[in-house]
Amino acid sequence: MSADAATHDDHTPSMWDWRRWVLSTNHKDIGTMYLVFAIFAGIIGGGLSGLIRWELMEPGLQVFTGEDTGWGALFGNAHNYNVVTTMHALIMIFFMVMPAMIGGFGNWFVPLMIGAPDMAFPRMNNISFWLLPASFALALMSMFVPGAGADLGFGGGWVLYPPLSTSGHNGPAMDLLILSLHIAGVSSILGAINFITTIFNMRAPGMTIHKMPLFVWSVLVTVFLLLLSLPVLAGALTMLLTDRNFGTAFFAPEGGGDPVMYQHLFWFFGHPEVYILILPGFGIVSHIVSTFSRKPIFGYLGMAYAMVAIGFIGFIVWAHHMYTVGMPVDLKAYFVAATMVIAVPTGIKIFSWIATMWGGSIEFRTPMMWAIGFIFLFTVGGVTGVVLANAGVDQALHDTYYVVAHFHYVLSLGAVFAIFAGWYYWFEKIFGVKYNSFLARAQFFFFFIGANVIFFPQHFLGLNGMPRRYVDYPDAFEFWNAVSSWGYVIMLVGMVLFFAVLIDAMIRRRKADANPWGEGATTLEWTLSSPPPFHQFSELPKIK
Amino acid sequence: MPDLYGEAMRFLTALALTWTTFAAGAFATPGQPTDGALGLQPAVTPIMEDIVSFHNILLVIITVITLFVMGLLIYVMIRYNRKANPTPSKFSHNTLLEVVWTAVPVLILIGIAIPSFPLLYKQDVIPAEIDFTLKATGNQWNWSYEYPDHEVAEYFSNMVEDEDLEPGQLRNLSVDYPLVVPVNATVRLQVTASDVIHNWAMPAFGTKMDAIPGRINEAWFQATQEGVYYGQCSELCGLRHAFMPIEVHVVPQDVFDAWIAAKAEDEYSEAADAIIAEYSAARETRLAQLD
Repeated sequence: MSADAATHDDHTPSMWDWRRWVLSTNHKDIGTMYLVFAIFAGIIGGGLSGLIRWELMEPGLQVFTGEDTGWGALFGNAHNYNVVTTMHALIMIFFMVMPAMIGGFGNWFVPLMIGAPDMAFPRMNNISFWLLPASFALALMSMFVPGAGADLGFGGGWVLYPPLSTSGHNGPAMDLLILSLHIAGVSSILGAINFITTIFNMRAPGMTIHKMPLFVWSVLVTVFLLLLSLPVLAGALTMLLTDRNFGTAFFAPEGGGDPVMYQHLFWFFGHPEVYILILPGFGIVSHIVSTFSRKPIFGYLGMAYAMVAIGFIGFIVWAHHMYTVGMPVDLKAYFVAATMVIAVPTGIKIFSWIATMWGGSIEFRTPMMWAIGFIFLFTVGGVTGVVLANAGVDQALHDTYYVVAHFHYVLSLGAVFAIFAGWYYWFEKIFGVKYNSFLARAQFFFFFIGANVIFFPQHFLGLNGMPRRYVDYPDAFEFWNAVSSWGYVIMLVGMVLFFAVLIDAMIRRRKADANPWGEGATTLEWTLSSPPPFHQFSELPKIK
Repeated sequence: MPDLYGEAMRFLTALALTWTTFAAGAFATPGQPTDGALGLQPAVTPIMEDIVSFHNILLVIITVITLFVMGLLIYVMIRYNRKANPTPSKFSHNTLLEVVWTAVPVLILIGIAIPSFPLLYKQDVIPAEIDFTLKATGNQWNWSYEYPDHEVAEYFSNMVEDEDLEPGQLRNLSVDYPLVVPVNATVRLQVTASDVIHNWAMPAFGTKMDAIPGRINEAWFQATQEGVYYGQCSELCGLRHAFMPIEVHVVPQDVFDAWIAAKAEDEYSEAADAIIAEYSAARETRLAQLD
């Protein structure tokens, strides 16, 4: 009887059994679904950014000319351009980076790294995932229903500032977007509860909180940020919804409300959100740097508590996104000081990664190249953040392309590079097959060069005064915009190579090793086969 | 005791100046962007001058930090790769090092804060002695201006459409009727909006203020050079966000007085329009002579 049960438990259901995926309670299967979902959303979000760079390649209107093409919001007028920038941001944040890092890598490797058989609430894990496609569908639908007048889609920016998102968009597109973000928020909150419970209660015997791998630390901090910030977003969204449909006036000045109040609520969520996007990347990069330097991570406790500090400070700096709304000057001064403090724990992380490599025996395997690229590019994005933190200079740079360059350096080149680093670090573990490292390295070089060519010139555009979210610009911004758009073409080649790596691995199916990285890879996932058994750690590992 | 901080800042500024002369392009026309430019637009107000010099300091600091990190990365990649260093050492702590890389950034940040806060307060606190008040209202999608101290009726400032551009006008920047202010006057600017949030931004002045319905925000500027200056709406406001520019003519005091008198008498005064046109033409001639 018990032998039968054991055989049954070890049996991996067929790939082609729909119940395996739709009804899944297995953290690895759910993690895989999150990763596939993120790739799918990434294609759409990346495609939208292609429309943006195509439009901005030269002055005048190229793509969003206002002629009816039958493509709805995709090739429409200037409003549809705003829709595309809005959806690019929302898709990349809520449906690409977060699902990849927290849902994908978090689900896969938090239980494996702490020696747990699965997540604490496997069924809740299932609903966390399946809410996302529903949310994504609503977001995509919003692009094809009326937003402002007859114009399709919501074009008010991902920040959804009222009155543009209330009286400025009278159509149902914004309502669909509100519902979409509500559902995405519920999904993330459920996931956060699941991770917190798992990490606090299901660590293997002997794994004290100060022995936890740094990726687990990073996810723990991230999900606390989610749990504390998303309800505030939910509140703000609900107020938008009732302002729009039920006659309330939370943010409507004609009814005694205040549009600036919305901005405070939004950024109280929004600033922790940007750390939610990058923190898991910190964890991933720490493991990779340590593995390929064949050295233990330098200053483990400092690294862990630097993330805790970044998470905490992330909650008290929100109004640095709002220096131009007319805040009292003393309040601005506070936010300047608090914001600059973030540079200290971030600096600790950068220097600790370099110190981990110092004295090591570094092997430049594919994940290590992405990780080193991450460290450098994140530094560039970090120092421009210090510039923007100063309200005095921000007065010149606020809402210009300098800001766009800054946050793409930390997110598009920071978070996304960390995702690719993690992808190539754990690819064999997840899929059980090897990948072609030549193609993967080529992808890295195209990405590294392409992303820099896209985003570095945007610093110059911003300094010279080009505002963001502009469908057309004065002729004097042409040169750097053209350079930036060519960078997109280079990055696109990298993207093609990414799929080439996938297809190559799929066709050749070379059996993966349990631990392809050697003695430097010390966390528990490398003690299991690749891919790991459908259920692992039936007997809990003991941590010395 | 020598003023070490001042000396250091003067050195850094001199260093940065070399970069910015190249960066802003010595050929840059004040008040508008320059193709291929690398830096901020030339300053025409004391505030913008301070922003430019503070940014120059910051640029040096962040460039040095970035190059330092890049240098360290390149060094470890060469010195500690598997060929050069087959046996890794196992250290994972160095208290002194950790204290240093916590303390040094703190000191750098304090160094940044010292010029940062005075600049912030200088920008934000309206001077006690102002010459007059101007009111700008953001609308979807144009700006309207009032001179409450001069009894000039509110007038609208619309972008000149591409097909109506005249020689010398700039696409997406020129407007049908500019804002007019006298040179060297200290102007208090009140900004609000009639529908959604807009932002009145003028790069050459270092002014950027949200126009929010239901609120009046205040800023100030003192333009010290005559000329024509362009800015653009800097808060997403819908369909024609990119097409509601701001054009300011900074004119001699007597030209301003003549214009405001004519404009106050009759809001559609052709005499007032002629004064603006004449000033612009005279300025064009002078610029042509300079070339």
